[in-house]
Amino acid sequence: MAREMTGAEMVIEALADQGVKHLFGYPGGAVLPIYDALFAQDRVKHVLVRHEQGAVHAAEGYARSTGKVGCVLVTSGPGATNAVTGLTDALMDSIPIVCITGQVPTHLIGNDAFQECDTVGITRPCTKHNYLVKSVGDLPRVLHEAFHIAASGRPGPVVVDIPKDVQFARGVYAKPKDFPHTGYRPRLKGDMDKIRQAIELMAQAKRPVFYTGGGVINSGRAASELLRELVKLTGFPITSTLMGLGAFPAGDPQWLGMLGMHGTLEANMAMHDCDVMICIGARFDDRITGRLDAFSPGSKKIHVDIDPSSINKNVKVDVAVVGDCAHVLEDMVRLWRTQARQPDKSALADWWRQIEKWRARRSLAYRPSNEVIKPQYAIQRLYELTKDKDVYITTEVGQHQMWAAQFYRFQEPNRWMTSGGLGTMGYGLPASVGVQLAHPRSLVIDIAGEASVLMTMQELSTAVQYRLPIKVFILNNQYMGMVRQWQELLHGGRYAESYSAALPDFVKLAEAYHACGIRCEKPGDLDHAIKEMIAVDKPVLFDCVVDPKENCFPMIPSGRAHNEMILGDAGVSPEEAVTEEGRVMV
Amino acid sequence: MNAPAPTSHYPAAPTAQTVETHTLSVLVDNEPGVLARVIGLFSGRGYNIESLTVSETEHQKHLSLITIVTTGTPMVIEQIKNQLDRLVPVHRVVDMTLAGNSIERELAMVKVRGRGEHRVEALRLADAFRARVIDATTESFVFEITGKSDKIEQFIELMLPLGLVEVARTGIAAIARGPEGMAAR
Repeated sequence: MAREMTGAEMVIEALADQGVKHLFGYPGGAVLPIYDALFAQDRVKHVLVRHEQGAVHAAEGYARSTGKVGCVLVTSGPGATNAVTGLTDALMDSIPIVCITGQVPTHLIGNDAFQECDTVGITRPCTKHNYLVKSVGDLPRVLHEAFHIAASGRPGPVVVDIPKDVQFARGVYAKPKDFPHTGYRPRLKGDMDKIRQAIELMAQAKRPVFYTGGGVINSGRAASELLRELVKLTGFPITSTLMGLGAFPAGDPQWLGMLGMHGTLEANMAMHDCDVMICIGARFDDRITGRLDAFSPGSKKIHVDIDPSSINKNVKVDVAVVGDCAHVLEDMVRLWRTQARQPDKSALADWWRQIEKWRARRSLAYRPSNEVIKPQYAIQRLYELTKDKDVYITTEVGQHQMWAAQFYRFQEPNRWMTSGGLGTMGYGLPASVGVQLAHPRSLVIDIAGEASVLMTMQELSTAVQYRLPIKVFILNNQYMGMVRQWQELLHGGRYAESYSAALPDFVKLAEAYHACGIRCEKPGDLDHAIKEMIAVDKPVLFDCVVDPKENCFPMIPSGRAHNEMILGDAGVSPEEAVTEEGRVMV
Repeated sequence: MNAPAPTSHYPAAPTAQTVETHTLSVLVDNEPGVLARVIGLFSGRGYNIESLTVSETEHQKHLSLITIVTTGTPMVIEQIKNQLDRLVPVHRVVDMTLAGNSIERELAMVKVRGRGEHRVEALRLADAFRARVIDATTESFVFEITGKSDKIEQFIELMLPLGLVEVARTGIAAIARGPEGMAAR
């Protein structure tokens, strides 16, 4: 049933029809008609952020923790440009976002009007697609198309730029079902011949490894279930990228831990020495591959990805399956079962023995202390004290992010929100706002660094306004830790500008925001303080004062291969690891 | 050789590989900004454009054909095609070079100025190249020439000593031989 209404009303109508419950935004001159339309209804709840970047990150957290499209509303000019970091972040990490931007009236476009910017020009390279809607007649189709494009195929952000006169103009609204999208239809089913070839390679593998990524999470819950089934059926080891954590449970013995620059030794060595690599929903990013010409030199590579442009981009693969992870995994599981494939058991047992030797080197080990809180210890205690709860974790970017990935053991998908591709400091706090809004009764923790969190600290105000009891767990080492680590390892210890000489008192800062502040400085007090943090029913800034000199290990040094990792000094040397293994065998 | 740069956390650049030239036909929706998306993709990802032509081909269906000549390693060419295919308004990408049965043509207009023997020679050469005179004054000609790029380049080279003033070229248009259209390929 077609109804006449204004463009602004169409926006709200379309959001409601697309199932949007929450909208993150910030008003301004060029979106006032839409805010007026928001005011008159209660189907879509608006969440007022403090900066447009925070709106996009909050929508990302909302989207990643629910699997739904995150929705943003900002004004023209600075509203749009402030959103660019968030849009780029969502593009890099394949997060479905629809961002509606106001624009100056059509007759003023190109005139350098007040708060005008070329929004579609600026956001073209940082969105999956974008639109400038010049006629109210196009608006319903464009809005529904935007949701379709954001959510289908490889997800990503879509911008819809709506001039103010189009928001005022009246037109006929139509429902999503009136616009069957014909042009953009990404392929979901994989080519069966390719899948058969993949199964054949897997069945003949002697040293196989699964290497999975964020694509499995994006594909939905079913993909994670099917992945677990396939890994169990085959008995192969599995590792994952930063983005893919939680698709396979970290508590499982077949789990090798995260791979890549700060991944575990066993994961990276398995990648280097394997003879068959099964990459599912990951993209051979440079943090994963290290030196390309020495990347897994002896392996046949299978790559499952919904985006054909991810295939053969960095690494040439032998079998490429273009399709959605869940669809392809379903076919793989079925083929493996019906053909009753069994890998070479003794070869696989040898492979696992080798992997256990690498594992015995305990690459994540660190030197514990009774004097200062080691950041790794802080994450371990946080994990132990929250693992039985319904918990969601977001992070900022840096050392704390890598420690969180290494020491917080994710058992389920959609529980881990981090900025992987773009590496956006300041992502975690606003993202946790979005997560908490989607899961009001869950425990939502932003594992943060003191430098990152200050980039978007103002969003604490949003959390307070909407009574969102997020916990910001700051590993405070007074440095931009990862910058300091690289300066130490690569630039002769010249710590240019990586020390924060004038940090705020985070407890007082929390109080100024009407939130709760907790400080902890001694390892002995940590458990009690974390329990206190969990018990508080409002936003908390937890200032966890940690060892400022601690580095994040293991690490693939600059431009090296997977088998050239350096371990921290607490790791076990190869010789000892062999004897330890020997003891196990006796 | 190929030693990693010690102060970078990025992998070293790959060693040089052989570069190929490919002609791509890209069928797109004829809508505002579609050319900007294509060109932005090339500049943003550091790909080369040797030649680019674009024009509406099917008015009723709002379709345009973009023909791009680009260079890169085989892996980069594959990336370019996949990245183009990923753009929402792009319907089809066909690698005319890989298909191996395409015809490529270009049109150029060449202005030559001169008198006496030079003028006669220019006209004679134009005749040999089947270039048409589309404008003339007592001291100049504008020739229209179509053909493969190398033929046009050869013609321009010959006009140089005879008083070449300027050249306007369309860039390459390409089409496959045989009865099948692009949609069927």
